Amino acid sequence: MDALDLDLDLPLRSFRLELALALGRETFALVGPSGAGKTTVLRAVAGLATPERGHVRLGGDVLFDSARRINVPPEDRRVGFVFQDYALFPHMTVAQNVSYGARDRAPELLERFRIAHLADARPGQLSGGERQRVGLARALARKPGVLLLDEPLSALDPHTRAALRIELKELLDELDLPVLLVTHDFHDAAVLADRVAALVDGRIRQVGTPSQLIASPADAFVASFTGANVLAGIARRGADGLTEVALADGGVVFSVDEAVGNVEVAVYPWDVSISRELPRDSSLNHVHGPITSLVLIGNRARVQVRGLVGEVTAASAERLALRENDVVMASFKAAATRLVERAPLGR
Amino acid sequence: MRRARRRRVFDAVLLSVTVVALTFLLLPLVAIFLRVPLAELVSQLGSGVAVDALVVTLETNAIAQALILLVGTPAAYFIATRRFRGRAVAITLVELPLVLPPAVAGLALLAAFGRLGLLGGTFEALGVEVSFTKAAVVLAVAYVASPFYIRGAIASFESLDQPLLDASRTLGAGPARTFFRIALPLAAKGLGAAAALSFARGIGEFGATIMFAGSLQGVTQTLSLAIYAQFDLDPDVALSLGALLVVVCAAILFIVKLLPAWTRSTSTSIYPFAPSGSS
Repeated sequence: MDALDLDLDLPLRSFRLELALALGRETFALVGPSGAGKTTVLRAVAGLATPERGHVRLGGDVLFDSARRINVPPEDRRVGFVFQDYALFPHMTVAQNVSYGARDRAPELLERFRIAHLADARPGQLSGGERQRVGLARALARKPGVLLLDEPLSALDPHTRAALRIELKELLDELDLPVLLVTHDFHDAAVLADRVAALVDGRIRQVGTPSQLIASPADAFVASFTGANVLAGIARRGADGLTEVALADGGVVFSVDEAVGNVEVAVYPWDVSISRELPRDSSLNHVHGPITSLVLIGNRARVQVRGLVGEVTAASAERLALRENDVVMASFKAAATRLVERAPLGR
Repeated sequence: MRRARRRRVFDAVLLSVTVVALTFLLLPLVAIFLRVPLAELVSQLGSGVAVDALVVTLETNAIAQALILLVGTPAAYFIATRRFRGRAVAITLVELPLVLPPAVAGLALLAAFGRLGLLGGTFEALGVEVSFTKAAVVLAVAYVASPFYIRGAIASFESLDQPLLDASRTLGAGPARTFFRIALPLAAKGLGAAAALSFARGIGEFGATIMFAGSLQGVTQTLSLAIYAQFDLDPDVALSLGALLVVVCAAILFIVKLLPAWTRSTSTSIYPFAPSGSS
């Protein structure tokens, strides 16, 4: 039996949230742009939002069922909710926050989350990482049957974020609970989640493991969300069983995917190589032009050539002496070139 | 050069207008203290009229404010946190006594609770006489002062961080526990400020009280009413009582201003006078 079983239908401001999900004891991420209805899904599970139609079942318990007129109030649902920015009670100490839900377990949780030394501190005095631990400890105090995380890493600076992402991953693996996680950052989802659903305008576009979404994005939105370059073009059958795509802004690329008509070409930055001259490898696709932007991120360099972003090691960027406005060749293989459906209008 | 000059002229105009305004507001208050020597002032306050008026004022206001807090706080929380039909109307109704001339409020209270009023018969049957008693003073004060408290309380409950209330619910606390443990402590500063304003309005109440409760020394004559009554008899007593009210009201104002600084600051900001827009 699934640990968490959802079927939701409720109106949001400009569209309806309609989705069905079944989770086992896994971490499941809902990703999507802000305003897609991600947080509303968590609120519906917690009982803070009431769907017009559908059901929410947790283990053997029915938390909500519109047909049977069941709607368990939030305080009687065994749901742990870590809110965006954590929503710690500012007038209480860390210990009081953690023991708000269940008094007896607080000492153990403070110990486990390495916040015992902060027991008497107020949330206002804590760092982002410490707040997150308090928020998690507080949410787990009542031994919930599901853990809901709303943008758990968005309140953190990039440096802390990377460290806490790993820490959170270890915790979630340990917990053995169904975890429903909401994020607008695909990278967070890829690290933390076993499965990911892309939610746009209240509907799920694609569900799969993070690598499935990257390997075969269902549409241009999912492709760009997972970090791919997305270029519009018109596809037709070409030579050697390849598909030939005439790009909207000029140029032609080849793909092993089959498609005809309006498509979007998705290429991941790590599949794009940058060189001074035509490379002698098997790459079929080349974009020639000046570097419009060059950004160093740690040991990588993101190089943009005519709207196409390629990622190379910082070392090779240095070896090639890349500078902005230098004319270079961005190359990628036909096998690394995905053809996906155009994103629906309006996006 | 000319622009710099124009700027200086403009600044000078602003400054002089501000000085005029402040002088206009403060001069009458200063004049009260200048008219009567301090020793005279203190001795006049020992007179029977002054003591009676002070006792009546404090007694009726204490009861009225207790009622306002007891009824106004839950009502404000309900209006602030629930979305229901007619919510905007409810807020407007709360504000109506604010703009009502006090004399009209007094008339209205008479029409409702007076012997010949709407509920007069009911009260008579129960053997309760309201008009021209201390109870009438309490009702008059509660009627004109409560909107100040309820409005401020609605604003401070509305400015609470909704996720904090939601978090409380998901941690097993029902609506009542959430109210007492989260909403009330976090709104306390704003509630305190609103209560102080309501108290100040109640202490100065005149129009509704004189219409509905009359001005009987030792029964319904509050400080404001005593000032009016003494004005013809003994202006020095009136001035002394006036000085006393100035001091009391100034003290309340300072408490309102200092209140936020007293309580320990928290990461959630609570503005006592936040606009009461819905979030």
